[in-house]
Amino acid sequence: MKNLLKRKGVQSLIASLLCIVLGLLLGYVVLLFINPAGAGQAILAVIRNFLNVSKANLQLKNLGNTLVKTAPLLMCSLSVLFAYKVGLFNIGVAGQYVVGAAAGLYAALQWGWGWLPCLLLAIALGAVSGAIVGMLKAYQNVNEVISGIMLNWITLYTANMILSGVTEQASPYTLHLRGNADQAILPSLGLGNLFNKHQYVTIAVPLAIILAIVVLVVLDKTRFGYELRATGNNKNAAKYAGMAEKRNIILTLMIGGALAAMGGALLYLTDFEQWSVGLSSVPGMGFNGIAAAFLGGLNPIGAIFSSYFIQHITAGGAFVDKSMYASQISDLISSIIIYLCGFVLFIKYAINTGLLRSEERALLRKQKAAAGGNTEKGGAS
Amino acid sequence: MDAPYAIEMLGITKRFPGIIANDNITLQLRHGEIHALLGENGAGKSTLMSVLFGLYRPEEGVIKKDGVPVQINDPNDANALGIGMVHQHFKLVECFSVLDNIILGVEPTKGGFLQKDAARKKVMQLSENYGLAVDPDALIEDITVGMQQRTEILKMLYRDNEILIFDEPTAVLTPQEIDELMVIMKNLAREGKSILFISHKLAEIMAVADRCTVLRKGKYIGTVETKSSSMEELSAMMVGRNVNFHVEKKPARPGETVLDIQHMSVASRQHKKDAVHDVSLQVRRGEIVCIAGIDGNGQSEFVYGLSGLEPLKDGKIFLDGKDLSRSAIRQRSILGMSHIPEDRHKHGLVLDYSLEDNLVLQRYFEPEFTNKAGFLRRDNIRTYAERLIEDYDVRSGQGPVTAARSMSGGNQQKAIIAREIDKDPELLIAVQPTRGLDVGAIEFVHKKLVEQRDAGKAVLLISLELDEVMDVPDRILVMYEGEIVGELDPKKTTQEELGLYMAGAKRDEVRA
Repeated sequence: MKNLLKRKGVQSLIASLLCIVLGLLLGYVVLLFINPAGAGQAILAVIRNFLNVSKANLQLKNLGNTLVKTAPLLMCSLSVLFAYKVGLFNIGVAGQYVVGAAAGLYAALQWGWGWLPCLLLAIALGAVSGAIVGMLKAYQNVNEVISGIMLNWITLYTANMILSGVTEQASPYTLHLRGNADQAILPSLGLGNLFNKHQYVTIAVPLAIILAIVVLVVLDKTRFGYELRATGNNKNAAKYAGMAEKRNIILTLMIGGALAAMGGALLYLTDFEQWSVGLSSVPGMGFNGIAAAFLGGLNPIGAIFSSYFIQHITAGGAFVDKSMYASQISDLISSIIIYLCGFVLFIKYAINTGLLRSEERALLRKQKAAAGGNTEKGGAS
Repeated sequence: MDAPYAIEMLGITKRFPGIIANDNITLQLRHGEIHALLGENGAGKSTLMSVLFGLYRPEEGVIKKDGVPVQINDPNDANALGIGMVHQHFKLVECFSVLDNIILGVEPTKGGFLQKDAARKKVMQLSENYGLAVDPDALIEDITVGMQQRTEILKMLYRDNEILIFDEPTAVLTPQEIDELMVIMKNLAREGKSILFISHKLAEIMAVADRCTVLRKGKYIGTVETKSSSMEELSAMMVGRNVNFHVEKKPARPGETVLDIQHMSVASRQHKKDAVHDVSLQVRRGEIVCIAGIDGNGQSEFVYGLSGLEPLKDGKIFLDGKDLSRSAIRQRSILGMSHIPEDRHKHGLVLDYSLEDNLVLQRYFEPEFTNKAGFLRRDNIRTYAERLIEDYDVRSGQGPVTAARSMSGGNQQKAIIAREIDKDPELLIAVQPTRGLDVGAIEFVHKKLVEQRDAGKAVLLISLELDEVMDVPDRILVMYEGEIVGELDPKKTTQEELGLYMAGAKRDEVRA
């Protein structure tokens, strides 16, 4: 049992599941306070998400909706976990996501580009955005959290400014791609048909999953990944071994930026949502990516499931009985759960210290039993 | 009856797993005396002071204050008993003023507001009484190290401490500042303060201390009156005469010069004085050169500068005639520099990596281990790791896939040595390669160093262990305060003479 607990993968899984349970529990308690009568039903509605509707084809449609938004979330969480492997906290992910959304939409609507060039432009600009933070970190030792947050706001307002040229008349929303820039909509390759002719389910979903696998391979199988993980685990040893620390920091944040920006483009190039140039806060998708990364145990495959789960309960929130609770309740409940998701590392830490303590106690007992014996056993350091 | 001793530590024993740091040690500090505590690195001085300060609890022994047994469970208890300490690395807030630092933690307040005027008066009074010149409004980051130290002393006096501990206080001072500090310490003692002065510099101890207690390898050696003693006697007590074991080796047959260092200086991170100043030396093929010295005399910085971890402030490094002074670490490594680092956890290993991943840490980028597409060649890494494990007898739980963290210190060190030697370097730099190892592992390391020498490599050993310094190398260079102060022949010199050089009591003009 103890040996099983020591395995990192098992620890991550337990910690993540505990977080989810805790989050749901706390959400339930909050609902109890607001209106005890509907609390049980409400929390069930959140968990059931698309299962709330009874017809099978409608269920599929709702599942499709969740998946459409899972793709960008997965990209954001990949961005976060990639940077985290090098010991960097990429909170700029939220802004990089906006870069991708804005670049994709503008190139599609203003210049009439096809979906692939739009996507590539988004990726390139996301990398540039990440590079800014990376260079500040590498050459001036500016904390990447501070510069990332600052850049989030700069990016948001720049995006609003640029996109205000391609909005609907007398509306803050950007034009629909369908009818205005059909060439820029991501191809579905028949995927939509699997979800009851869902027009928004596109290659974005499999693309994001493929990228999760690519990230896993890069981190685990390549020289680059070996260097990045060494840097994240022990910066001094990486330097001692002659790894180019500065270059790796910049490259990592560039890749993080590219992943997040691609996420932004993967959502907006489906035409599922329109961008509002009236937005005065950075969209939560990037920040949720942080929660998804941690909930997924900082593992790319884990991130696939955690991203889906977070999107699942966010969508599920919409099914809460609005006659009993204010309409904001769905956001509140899902954000409580997401917030608790951030506690994964804490729970892992608790498991580890618990194990360590019990080991120490065992060692102490052994030493006491052997007291008076040979104490000059060396080799310890 | 007035007790003669301000503090008595009687029969203190403190054990750590595998080592007895303090073995039945007695230290008696008289009222108004300056009492030196002398010992090599690892002799147990710090442990003893940590016991006095309540940071460790001893397994055996009694501490008495003014003849009355006391319990010191944490530093607050020590403070309450009037024990204060100036640490080697000052505990000051850089962006606060001198006055703010002095009152920090015991700020006089009234209704929640600071009352600095009274504090300022007391500080100025103390400053005048003891000749501790400070500017109370200057910021710590702007003042000299000497004034920072006076601030630390005022901190103790402001708290009305009676027992003052100075931990290696002269390590960071210029010669003039050292003279000033000596005067200050004598003043303090004359005013009735009792002073414990931790040092390994014999000249200073002879100059300022009334009595001196010597520790060696965790054991109490003795307490002497400095007036009736000599530097030679203290040095002999500190170092001990018995050599534990001997390293078998043939006479060296040095060849051409491999490493040529000219006028190298490295800046210090802690203070304005250079950590390494104008060092020139050569290491030839087929010889082991040892840089000896007491910890903290610039050896670490010297190695950082040589290996590229820190930039040089001045000077040049040639390896086989190639100028490497500004080369990147990777470049130096490829050109034939291997480095067994001082701290195997900080620099030597990625603890969360497997043993095999650590064994290729210096070579993972070579075509043998990475293919053209940038993918690691796992099979080759495994084969290579298995060979090193076999050749160097690296023991671990699960072979190549064992987490480095779970290995014993000796085997971690063996892994590093395997990695660095198997790189087939021209120059092998070994920094304290036997630190924390048991006797068997120490023998192994020494044998490997001699093997490298006999294979025609240049070996540069940096060591704090006197036995190692006397036994392993063919030439000894002594480093003191960042400079090479003497070159000795291990066959002709004695530990006593070596001790004098290491403590700065003797120095030659060494011409490179």
